[in-house]
Amino acid sequence: MPQIMTESVMDALTLRDLTLSYAGDAVVHGVDLALKHRELGCLLGPSGCGKSTLLRAIAGFQALDDGEILLAGETLSTPNAMVLPEHRGVGMVFQDVALFPHLTVSDNIAFGLTDWSKPEARTRISELLDLIGLQGLDARYPHELSGGQQQRVALARAMAPKPKLLLLDEPFSGLDTELRGRLASEVRAILKADGISALLVTHDQREAFDFADRIAVMRAGRIEQFDTAYQIYHEPVSEFVAHFVGPGEVIDASVSGIRSVSSPLGELASDSDFGLPVGCPVHVFLRPDDLIHDDHSPYRGRLIAKHFRGAHHVYEVQLESGVVLGCLAPSHHNHELGENVGLRLELEHLVVFPVKRLCLREDCVNARCTGCPA
Amino acid sequence: MAITQVSRVTFGRRRPNGFVITAIGAALCVALPVLVVLGFMLFSTSESWSHLVETVLWRYILHSVLLSVAVAIGVVMIGVPAAWLISFYAFPGRRLLSWLLLLPMAYPAYILAYTYTGLLDYSGPVLTWMRSIDAPAWVMWPLLEIRSIPGAAVMLSLVLYPYVYLLARAAFLEQAANVMEAGYSLGQTRSQVFLRVVIPMARPAIVAGTLLAVMETLADYGTVQFFGVQTFTTGIVRTFYGLRDTAGAAQLASILLGFVALLVILERLSRRKIQYYSDQNRRLSRLAVTLTGWRAIWAMLLCAAPLMLGFALPTAVLGYWTLFYAEGGALWSLTLNSFVLAGIASLVVVGVALVIAYANRLYPAPWLSNVTTVIGLGYALPGVVVAIGVLIPFGALDQWLSRGLMAFGVEPRLWISGSIGLLIFAYTVRFLAVANGNLVSGLSRIRPSLDHSGRLLGRTQSQVLRQIHVPLMRGSVLTAILICFVDVLKELPATLILRPFDFNTLAVRVYDLAGDERLIDAAPASLMIIAVGLLPVILLNRSVHAANHD
Repeated sequence: MPQIMTESVMDALTLRDLTLSYAGDAVVHGVDLALKHRELGCLLGPSGCGKSTLLRAIAGFQALDDGEILLAGETLSTPNAMVLPEHRGVGMVFQDVALFPHLTVSDNIAFGLTDWSKPEARTRISELLDLIGLQGLDARYPHELSGGQQQRVALARAMAPKPKLLLLDEPFSGLDTELRGRLASEVRAILKADGISALLVTHDQREAFDFADRIAVMRAGRIEQFDTAYQIYHEPVSEFVAHFVGPGEVIDASVSGIRSVSSPLGELASDSDFGLPVGCPVHVFLRPDDLIHDDHSPYRGRLIAKHFRGAHHVYEVQLESGVVLGCLAPSHHNHELGENVGLRLELEHLVVFPVKRLCLREDCVNARCTGCPA
Repeated sequence: MAITQVSRVTFGRRRPNGFVITAIGAALCVALPVLVVLGFMLFSTSESWSHLVETVLWRYILHSVLLSVAVAIGVVMIGVPAAWLISFYAFPGRRLLSWLLLLPMAYPAYILAYTYTGLLDYSGPVLTWMRSIDAPAWVMWPLLEIRSIPGAAVMLSLVLYPYVYLLARAAFLEQAANVMEAGYSLGQTRSQVFLRVVIPMARPAIVAGTLLAVMETLADYGTVQFFGVQTFTTGIVRTFYGLRDTAGAAQLASILLGFVALLVILERLSRRKIQYYSDQNRRLSRLAVTLTGWRAIWAMLLCAAPLMLGFALPTAVLGYWTLFYAEGGALWSLTLNSFVLAGIASLVVVGVALVIAYANRLYPAPWLSNVTTVIGLGYALPGVVVAIGVLIPFGALDQWLSRGLMAFGVEPRLWISGSIGLLIFAYTVRFLAVANGNLVSGLSRIRPSLDHSGRLLGRTQSQVLRQIHVPLMRGSVLTAILICFVDVLKELPATLILRPFDFNTLAVRVYDLAGDERLIDAAPASLMIIAVGLLPVILLNRSVHAANHD
């Protein structure tokens, strides 16, 4: 990939064809990834997808089976040679905080500043304490801080020596839900203010949305999609990505034109070509916010459950085919369960996946299509 | 940045190094006595075995089993009610009693046995007083017959019940209050909840504590020897020294090991269940029932009784004898001997244990942790078995050396088997598990992410050890040294068998004086052992408290 080769000098982090194994089993398969300078990236995926192993490899705690890791264009790891962790210029925030319990807050932050002059180090520490909003707590010991405060100190400690890249390994997972969301946005602001490049690992899509510029969705050791939160949510490249980053349902449909499918909700038009032959069975992926309850719509279904959210309802509507779809309804449209209610599609972009079945037609032009009718 | 330092050696794949080799060496050392003893069982064709089977074997088995069962009953009957009262009721003195109940742990059973024998002597104060008030014979007779299996069981129970008390108390305290509240909400009375919820949930802990007490019982030599109870340990020593039958002694030892192995397996199984029953998200605060009036006094008496009999009374008696009767003698030189020996041994033991703990940390391989498990089983090895298992091979080596050196005109002597070195080797085998357990639990608190943080903040492996591990491990290392020190000080059979000629320690001196029926003269040395023995008990209590308040 020559394009990546030339760009990689500009990138903060480049992973090339990275293959890693854990306890003898390959857990990451040929991953490519490039993170720009000052970009906040995220590895999002279910547990066991290899995201933490990937992070350990970047930190230098994990040997490579194959591939290469570059930091700002310099090689860090190959299968044959690795720069030792202490010489990498990579910082890391750990899931279990990992503050040194025998050192105060300011000594923890100063731990990585051994090469700095005393006044410089002092300035950096107070600058960071300001940034994380813990001025005046510099003489405290870690056990005297709350969970959120500890995690902020851990962040400051990792940022202190100005690493070329900061890694965050599920740093918020030990905290309660409310604090988690707030801290993710807060940390994003802190890192942006310091102009640092970072990579976060998490299994929580909301945390990823709050934190990252771009999100790499991982599954079984591969990156399925690396895009902005908006694109991942609205233009997922696979059904896995679609389901993983938010609620939604799939309805059966078939391709009826270059840019249209016919479905139980009528003829649906897309803003781009599918590249699938007419008649090919497909899944159309619909998020609750793609469907609006509309009393005047000709497409109807039975209301089987409703969840009041204050500003609106989320209805669960069962179509004749048996498929249950989520849809939004205005707060004051309080229909009874069992009623027949109208549905209207409000789509920006139609998300269509070919049904996964081996395609037997020789003249099927699309490699992704695995199920055109004979 | 160029690749300044390239290393194929990373955290995941590390070549075996000095640490690992030491760990394997230590495991082989621990295994040596076991292998020697089992080797005789498997490969020896001596006639002594059939002779042993025909004569003493069944007596040893019967006595050991009887004593074990009696001690098991005794420690449960003392330990569980005390733990139950301390955990679930409020009464005057509860807080104080909760840790005073640990004090009998400072007593080696043999010192308790010597003290009570002296106290209950026919011409001693107790029986003299009883005769003066014409106490009935059925009261006096059991006191006179203390030198018996029941007497030994009482002595051992009085010093070993803290195992059960500690584990049962921890289990009671760790039970989530809401589990009990769920019981009440389902219409159960207090006693029903106790019988159907509290006791079943604490049972694995009680079983584990009891098994530990039984292991100590099987390992005991001083008490049973003094009381003339013929068990495996006395049998092994008698066969080895009295009959000069090495093979027979080793074969007896291997049968004892079989019993111990069974106990170890049972204990491990119970321990696994303890984890299963303890609740991580427990809510500890629970309303203790406040006892008043007679009930409070009964509770106090019930908790104070084992403390009185297992610690206060014998200590008072020893103190009295020391002050008014005991013949002076070489107490200070004995103390110096003991302390130097225990000091060197505990430093060696903890040093080796440190290397093993770090071998596991730096070279995380499944087979290496299996090696460490083998080391961890050392706590179950009776001192007599260790001593015999060490003496047999090194004694043979000495003979071989002497024979070889005689050709060069060197006088034959015991090069190894009569040396302090071999004694320290035996202590290492016996107590490595104790030190290892302490260090591993200390090291587990330094999570790998702390090491990784240090590395990513620019420290080398050895800088991480110096700047993070040394300050954080100091407490665990000192605790391990202290516990080993006291264990070495109290250890009797291995010291007795392996000590160099004319080398006396406090424990050996106490044993010798008791053997000469000079029980009163043994008091000062006994008191010294107990005074030092109190240190780890206090430490243990503090760590239990810290764990409860975490």
